Amino acid sequence: MEMLVALAIGILTASGTFLTLRGRTFPVVLGLTLLAYACNLFIFSSGRLVVDGAAVLQQGLAIPDPLPQALVLTAIVIGFAMTAFAVILAMRARADLGNDHVDGSEKRDEQSGDQR
Amino acid sequence: MNHLTILPILVPMLTGILLLLPPIRTTLTRQRLFALCAAGVNLLVALALINLSSTGEISLYALGDWRPPYGIVLVADRLSTLMLLLTALLLFAGLLYASTGQDETGRYFYPLMMFQALGINGAFLTGDIFNLFVFFEILLIASYSLLIHGGGKHKTRAAVHYVLLNLVGSAIFLFALGVIYGSIGSLNMADMAVRVRELSGAELQLAKVGGLLLLVVFGLKAAMLPLQFWLPRTYATAAGSVVALFAILTKVGVYCLLRVHGMIFGDYAGEIADLIQPWLWGTAVLTIAIGAIGVLSSPSLKRLAGHLVIVSVGTLLSALAINTPSAISAALYYAAHSTLMGAALFLLSEMIAEQRGSALDMIVRSRPVAQPVAIGITFFVTALALIGMPPFSGFIGKLMVLQSAETNLQMIWTWSTLLVATLLALIAFSRAGSTIFWRSKGKNSDPAVGSRTKFAAIWLLLLAAPLMSLFAGPIVDFTSATAAQLDQLAQTPQLLLNGGGN
Repeated sequence: MEMLVALAIGILTASGTFLTLRGRTFPVVLGLTLLAYACNLFIFSSGRLVVDGAAVLQQGLAIPDPLPQALVLTAIVIGFAMTAFAVILAMRARADLGNDHVDGSEKRDEQSGDQR
Repeated sequence: MNHLTILPILVPMLTGILLLLPPIRTTLTRQRLFALCAAGVNLLVALALINLSSTGEISLYALGDWRPPYGIVLVADRLSTLMLLLTALLLFAGLLYASTGQDETGRYFYPLMMFQALGINGAFLTGDIFNLFVFFEILLIASYSLLIHGGGKHKTRAAVHYVLLNLVGSAIFLFALGVIYGSIGSLNMADMAVRVRELSGAELQLAKVGGLLLLVVFGLKAAMLPLQFWLPRTYATAAGSVVALFAILTKVGVYCLLRVHGMIFGDYAGEIADLIQPWLWGTAVLTIAIGAIGVLSSPSLKRLAGHLVIVSVGTLLSALAINTPSAISAALYYAAHSTLMGAALFLLSEMIAEQRGSALDMIVRSRPVAQPVAIGITFFVTALALIGMPPFSGFIGKLMVLQSAETNLQMIWTWSTLLVATLLALIAFSRAGSTIFWRSKGKNSDPAVGSRTKFAAIWLLLLAAPLMSLFAGPIVDFTSATAAQLDQLAQTPQLLLNGGGN
């Protein structure tokens, strides 16, 4: 169980980090989404993992920590809003700048004209 | 329980919502009046709170009357109320400046400014670290939208960097919170400070990892050295009235370092006491250095102002690295000064840009500004204050930071970097001022005279320069008491768990 969750978080984080470091906005947004998933799973596991525990309260069964669940819920909602914003901004950047590179220009040596 | 404590959150929130509803939304005049009134009320609330906290009382507000450590609390101590007052001043000046026309260049300007203020006020008030994250997100999502207010290629390009970096920052924040909750077992800052002393073994190492992850998050907000590259371009492209409020954002990062790392991972944290101190020295010195180099290389006034923000963050970090009550007191004075003056410089460069046609705020020979005398005097005062020349507040702020260095090593590092940075700022400002005001060519054919409201907004902030040096005595008394209170809270965080220390 622990191994499975740890692997899932590890793989999600690794792929998320890799994609976040890419040069185009689409993979970067995907990477951020994966990172957000990894975060959510990670916070969930910070309340310790219990197998066959009580769903809410039940006598004789281990009671799960309810706080991480509440935290994850908040984190998911915020993550959604932020990802939506990032997607819209990426589309706007594609329209305004004419390409989908995170720096707004394809060539590195190109004069960006951005002196302001 | 004093309900005044929650007003800095409620006022901007309700105002923001009302601004989106029909009777006020329909005309711009109503929006302007309503938003300015609300900012005024916010300022009065902040004044009332600082008046309350200056007696040494810490107001603890338990939301829904759920007692700490289980419920969420708001804590209004001296430090919080000081930061609230700064935010309220910036908000008022920013709105006042924007009400002369900048608010028409995009939609939802006033509601977004209010939500931004809501997030900042909340971050300063909360005593719960997960709530800190939530308020961070509120202020961030408002700042994302405000950044592209007015539109344009440059803004979009800067916004992509800013948004993506901060999304990664939020992810790291969540990881840090997970680690901290898993190891320390609480999210209430005072409770964490109590529990962290009893940790041992693996839990201790985990708490250490969590604390250092938080340093990365707050460092990104504060524009600490390897994480500062986003700031100059972001601040240079955004609208002036927006950046005036953004001037407090880097201080939110420094505030969190002071609050979280000072109280939870501070001097009294048992085995992991002074967790971030080894990291602070190097980053502080290098932050000042890179900021100063940036100041010298700035092609425009707004970039210059952005790099000065980085220098001021470096100065604050070096004071935090010295970490004595007198250094913290100096840092608070300097933070207040640099926030207000930085915001004034951003507003002023916006005004200069409006009067110079296509030359904008670039430091090049171009046509003269329409009001050379008024703007020249304002620029002169701002520059003197920001460089740190007497008789203005920058001089006292820098002097206090320099004096707080105690050992030889501290003196060598802070004195050399800070004084060289001051010299470089002096050179950069003299070059910028002489190029813009004296080496002008041609006539100003389109005299777009800045209105009195704009001058009022700038001078509202700028008046702090003489006032803060005139009333330096009482202000320093307040900041020293704040540093003492922070030390007391770090030593006995139980005060914040038992219904507030009166």
